[in-house]
Amino acid sequence: MKILVVDDFSTMRRIIKNLLRDLGFTNTHEADDGLTALPMLQSGNFDFLVSDWNMPGMTGIDLLKAVRADPKLANLPVLMVTAETKREQIIQAAEAGVNGYVIKPFTAGTLKEKISKIFDRVAS
Amino acid sequence: METTIVESDRLVQARALVASLEAGNDTEATRIIMAFPENVEKDLFQEVGRLTRELHEAIIGFAMDDKVVQAVQHEMPDAAERLAYVIEMTEIAANTTLKAVEDSMPVAEELLHVSDKLAAEWGRFRGRKMELADFRSLSDDIGGFLILASGHSKILNKNLSEVLLAQGYQDLSGQIIRRVITLINEVEEKLVRLVAISGTTRVQKTKKEELAMEGPAVPNIEQGDMLNSQDDVDDLLSSLGF
Repeated sequence: MKILVVDDFSTMRRIIKNLLRDLGFTNTHEADDGLTALPMLQSGNFDFLVSDWNMPGMTGIDLLKAVRADPKLANLPVLMVTAETKREQIIQAAEAGVNGYVIKPFTAGTLKEKISKIFDRVAS
Repeated sequence: METTIVESDRLVQARALVASLEAGNDTEATRIIMAFPENVEKDLFQEVGRLTRELHEAIIGFAMDDKVVQAVQHEMPDAAERLAYVIEMTEIAANTTLKAVEDSMPVAEELLHVSDKLAAEWGRFRGRKMELADFRSLSDDIGGFLILASGHSKILNKNLSEVLLAQGYQDLSGQIIRRVITLINEVEEKLVRLVAISGTTRVQKTKKEELAMEGPAVPNIEQGDMLNSQDDVDDLLSSLGF
């Protein structure tokens, strides 16, 4: 399972990477915004994308839209982990095709639950 | 153009003054002299009047600027709330981290203490300096230690995870502080414009893009329709068919 973690704050990337490692996912890679993430996704055979929303350069929602618009990436499971809690924004993410939405600050349990839920869906 | 007229007017007045002095007409000469400062004052008053009017209009324009009104009435108090929330958040994170560390230290110390004691006994056993009865007791102690080590490792792991998660404050407080910096920059820009209007040099203003994102939810701030918990987010998503 190859996972890309996208967040402009390196501390948050480390937290998510450590939590993923606890859950048994060790093949994790990092990008600091959508602009760096997109080419990595296009060439890297990733199985799962965890992305923040609010980032300079290219935001998480734009990255999500770009992923869904790319035929090779369109089915990539995407989990949004963000501090954005506005109702309209969550609806916007849902409409753009997000697979899960976790708000910061989160617990290890929440992250685990959302990830397993996404994988269960993908498997079925 | 105006300057040449003023100058030629003055030249005419100067010639008239010389003529009246040469003619010994003191009354006329005095009248002409008295007229000079009057002219200067009139120009000065006109100029001050013009500047006052411009400044007045600029200030009215400044006050009418929605973004300034917004900044003064809402964003400044909001910024103070946001920064207060950053203090609160960093304090909670520091306390969570400190508590996890304090809880872990005695656990690690107990592991160290018990394993040191067992290592000494084990050394006696390996050196064949141990009675059978003592070995039976050592064997029980080792069994007990294995259970203790497993339980204590779980506690340490749990505490370390708490420390890890607590560091999320850096991202959230960073996002909030960034917003406050943006606000300060905008207000600074407006103030520079006001100074530029009242002075002679105009500073080119740089147009900042509107932030569509709301950023982390901050208590006591009007941020529109914000969801308060992961449960609310889950409810909304399931209502959308997730």
